Amino acid sequence: MSNIDPILLLSAIIVVSTPILLAAIGELVVERAGVLNLGVEGMMITGAVCGFVVATATGSPWLGFAGAALGGALLSMVFGILTQLFLSNQVATGLALTLFGLGLSALLGQGYIGVKGPVVPDLYLPGLRDIPFLGPVMFRHDAMVYIALLIVALVWLFLNRTRAGRVLRAVGENHDAAHALGYKVVRLRLAAIAFGGACAGLGGAYLSLVRVPQWTEGMTAGAGWIALAIVVFASWRPGRLVLGAWLFGGATALQLALQASGGVQIPIEYLQMAPYLATILVLVILRAGRAPGSLGRPFHASS
Amino acid sequence: MSTPLLQLSGLTKAYPGVVANADVSFDIAKGEVHALLGENGAGKSTLVKTIYGLVQPDAGTMRLDGAPFAPAEPRAARASGVAMVFQHFSLFDAMSVAENVALGMENPPALNRLAAQIREVSQSYGLPLDPDRIVGDLSAGERQRVEIIRCLLQEPRLLIMDEPTSVLTPQEVAILFETLRKLREEGVSILYISHKLEEIRTICDSATILRHGKVVGKCDPKTTAARDMAEQMVGATLSTPSRAGGRTGDVVLELAGLSAPAPRAFGTALHAIDLELRAGEVLGIGGVAGNGQDELAMALSGEMHVAPGMIRFKGREIGREGVTARRRMGLLCAPEERMGHAAAPDMSLTENALLTAGPREDLVRHGFLRWGRARGFAERVIERFDVRTPGPGTAARALSGGNLQKFVIGREILQRPEVLVVNQPTWGVDAAAAATIRQALLDLAEAGAALIVISQDLDELMEISDRFAALNAGRLSAPRPMAGLGIDEIGMMLGGAHDMAPAQVEG
Amino acid sequence: MIRLERRPEPSRAWTLATPFVAVALTMVAGGLLFALLGKDPIEAIRTIFWDPLFGDFASYSRPQLLVKAGPLILIAIGLSLGFRAGIWNIGAEGQYILGAIFAAATGLAFYPAESWLIFPAMTLAGALGGLLWAMIPALLRVRFGTNEVLVSLMLVYVAEALLASMALGLLRNPDGMGFPGSRNLAQYPSAANPELIVGTGMHWGVVLALVAVIVGQVVMTRHQLGFRVRLAGQSPRAAVFGGVNPSWLVVVCMGLSGALAGLAGMFEVAGPAGRLGIDFNVGYGFTAIIVAFLGRLNPIGILLAGLLMALTYIGGELAQLQMNLPLAAIQMFQGMLLFFLLAIDVLTNFSFRFGRRAVA
Repeated sequence: MSNIDPILLLSAIIVVSTPILLAAIGELVVERAGVLNLGVEGMMITGAVCGFVVATATGSPWLGFAGAALGGALLSMVFGILTQLFLSNQVATGLALTLFGLGLSALLGQGYIGVKGPVVPDLYLPGLRDIPFLGPVMFRHDAMVYIALLIVALVWLFLNRTRAGRVLRAVGENHDAAHALGYKVVRLRLAAIAFGGACAGLGGAYLSLVRVPQWTEGMTAGAGWIALAIVVFASWRPGRLVLGAWLFGGATALQLALQASGGVQIPIEYLQMAPYLATILVLVILRAGRAPGSLGRPFHASS
Repeated sequence: MSTPLLQLSGLTKAYPGVVANADVSFDIAKGEVHALLGENGAGKSTLVKTIYGLVQPDAGTMRLDGAPFAPAEPRAARASGVAMVFQHFSLFDAMSVAENVALGMENPPALNRLAAQIREVSQSYGLPLDPDRIVGDLSAGERQRVEIIRCLLQEPRLLIMDEPTSVLTPQEVAILFETLRKLREEGVSILYISHKLEEIRTICDSATILRHGKVVGKCDPKTTAARDMAEQMVGATLSTPSRAGGRTGDVVLELAGLSAPAPRAFGTALHAIDLELRAGEVLGIGGVAGNGQDELAMALSGEMHVAPGMIRFKGREIGREGVTARRRMGLLCAPEERMGHAAAPDMSLTENALLTAGPREDLVRHGFLRWGRARGFAERVIERFDVRTPGPGTAARALSGGNLQKFVIGREILQRPEVLVVNQPTWGVDAAAAATIRQALLDLAEAGAALIVISQDLDELMEISDRFAALNAGRLSAPRPMAGLGIDEIGMMLGGAHDMAPAQVEG
Repeated sequence: MIRLERRPEPSRAWTLATPFVAVALTMVAGGLLFALLGKDPIEAIRTIFWDPLFGDFASYSRPQLLVKAGPLILIAIGLSLGFRAGIWNIGAEGQYILGAIFAAATGLAFYPAESWLIFPAMTLAGALGGLLWAMIPALLRVRFGTNEVLVSLMLVYVAEALLASMALGLLRNPDGMGFPGSRNLAQYPSAANPELIVGTGMHWGVVLALVAVIVGQVVMTRHQLGFRVRLAGQSPRAAVFGGVNPSWLVVVCMGLSGALAGLAGMFEVAGPAGRLGIDFNVGYGFTAIIVAFLGRLNPIGILLAGLLMALTYIGGELAQLQMNLPLAAIQMFQGMLLFFLLAIDVLTNFSFRFGRRAVA
């Protein structure tokens, strides 16, 4: 254990948690609107491949992120149309989306295995980066790390301080009542689903452009599912989401550090289980708050 | 006479298989309380939704204050000064009163300013309400106030109220009527939907009666006898249920200190309920919705477990026994919600017969289902209770409310219960079906069964109960003989109005 | 405008027709996809759906149909029970792996002894492995209200790591010259799950899958368990009122599906796969989800859907060899099939109306 540098570990936690945080904040908005989209994994991996393809084609990681958001949002619309217009079962459709996304991404990414993508530079924050301890931990990352945290803050503001956010919560809480008051339940939910897809796409692209950084099939390895778990853990509140993502990031970063340090006599396979077991443990220990009232229920305006 | 506030002419709306409204025309004058009367399924809801912009008519026109009025959505209706208090409240449990009010407004002010406005309006109309409370924690009467205040803040010209008193205690009804009178003085018109004739005679200035989607009569309720209005509404003369006389036997069911925590968020906990029920008697339990009716019914049916000694059936402790074991003993139950609780909507009537009748009608043997017997039993229920349906293979959701209710009550009665607990047996059921159900319940008691009838309809309880008890915030009052009990006393037993004192104003 | 109107009763005709319409639409959309990839769509569809059964190499590929359909059907039958009850076991892949690990460990523990008892013991161990793995999400849901979708899925990744550690460690073939993977069970007579009729692909797992279809059909239509499962899925409150204990149902449904997935893993490791390697699992547990839905959660339907899905697997491999069509395209094809199915499913409960709409 002694050869693990705490600064490197904490800094790694921030990086490891970012893709999960991005995907989770999108799903949080979707669930607050009363929709359960289990296709996060599929949207994430589609975002990963879209981001990588666009970034290598254009040489710009930022266009890559934009492409990933667009790809994720487009894929999420398949889910949106099926569940909101065709009233299909949300659990089944979300699973289908994940299976479909895994296939689609493998197809799109065929020619890109082993290709090197453009480098995403660190956001140079003079002054801040030189603060002892805090500087290397918090302020020597790429811009997406901060954008992710900014999105979380904006979502919090949106949900709690704006009229549109209030309407979104109302739709998630009781869609029949919201409909009776004249709110456009389906339209609003489609927008939320698209936002969720875009965020999942960004999260995926962060994996393929920053964390790994290259394209491999199935590279999300359950990150989308962990994002779903963190939303439950956070009781659908943005603030706790960050905590959940860091907790998970901690488990992953620690096992990676242990692998790298080589000082521990635990086979790598067991270390690899850690993030998943940690997620289960967190789900068990921390009782979730009350879910949005209409979560997962199909809505049909039978006036 | 000045132009009426709202003129409806020739409104028609058809759904597949039903004409909800056929050529409906009437006027609502300015500053009048206009009653819209009719049975369940008469087309009142559709008409009101048309006025509120939730439904577009197939034919016909509306004029508001002389100008053509065709709201495409509720927003447009609200902008024109039409507001509505829904029967099933359009509220959001997890949100505060102020947030709920804001959601119903076109251009809500900031929440803290809105909260101040809510306090002000609630004081001036005598409807105390704290804007910071979470709606899920409010009583039914308070929830209605949220809806009313939401409407009043928009200064409406027309206020639509859909069955506003069905969830209120007599005292709360009196408060509501005061508010309505005040609004009328200010020149607001009110469209008041109800099937309770005495109320309409008290508060309304004119009335339009609907039957099968058509206007069948207009009258001045102040001068028309309730009986005449009822006959126009139902289209036939109804007999009131009767029974020979109350001979009661041994105690069959005993509740001793029955307590249970609320089974779900925003539910009600039960507190130390004591009760003795004798064979052959009908105990009526009154109370406003959300005071523990569902929870009491679930504790009795076995869907919710309590300590063994809290419930005794013929002296045997059954608090921990499951639903099936209690059924086998003869303690049967018919819950309030037909769709999704008493019956599975997508399943056939045969399958719904299997839902509860397995143990007593021998429909399951060694774990295998006896479909032939189940179908036979379903057919018996259909025939005996005059359930209008093509046959036992029909899905439950295809039946009308009244027919399905006859089926689920009949299903329990035909199993020869020793104790039958029914929750809201005639809620949302047409008058003919309600009369059939009440008569069947009385016949069952006559045959020696003990009955607990939980209902919000005091008229119903006064008609069929031997004794009466009130459920209030999970506590049950001591039962009293029904005979000689006045409506005021019943009102006091129900706990009076909730929070008669003005709302707490906190800094 | 087009709008949806709820049917008074679910349409029986559409319930039956939906899978066929979905397959037809998927073929059209899949053809477009293949055309986009620059392949001849007609040839691609023929290669996938026709050649495995009647093409030049059919004698090789035909037995594969049952080999692949067996585990899919076995797992899907178990899953369908839970899915009908609203209990979402998504981790069949993990239970399949655990079944294989338990069975292989049991078999290898006796190596090289010969006894007719070894194979039945492995069968039991396989079922037990899947059952125990499924009990984790089941008991967590019952005891702590934890979401079974997430837990069962997380356990797939844990199971994969466990599989890797077994293949590299405890169960590694000591005579394997350091290569990962266990001894070949198919070459160990007492533990082998052989092809029963040469040239058909029929092995004990396929036999059990067929038995499961029949038992499943009887349970769903004639037994109280099937009734309770359907009731719980359609109206949970009515189910409790009808005397169903939801916790009991979760344990039974998860346990049965876990045991069946474990059995599928056992028959695979002792037969077609032979050895426990790092890449032992090929996604049967996930594809079985599609099979279950495509078969309308109905045992007979699952039998047909399992055969169809097995066909696309074999056809996909064939198309990869002959037309250089990426295997991922087949995965997408399968996902698409599920999408079309879910979309058309709306017609079972709703009908389309053309005309002015009320309010969306």
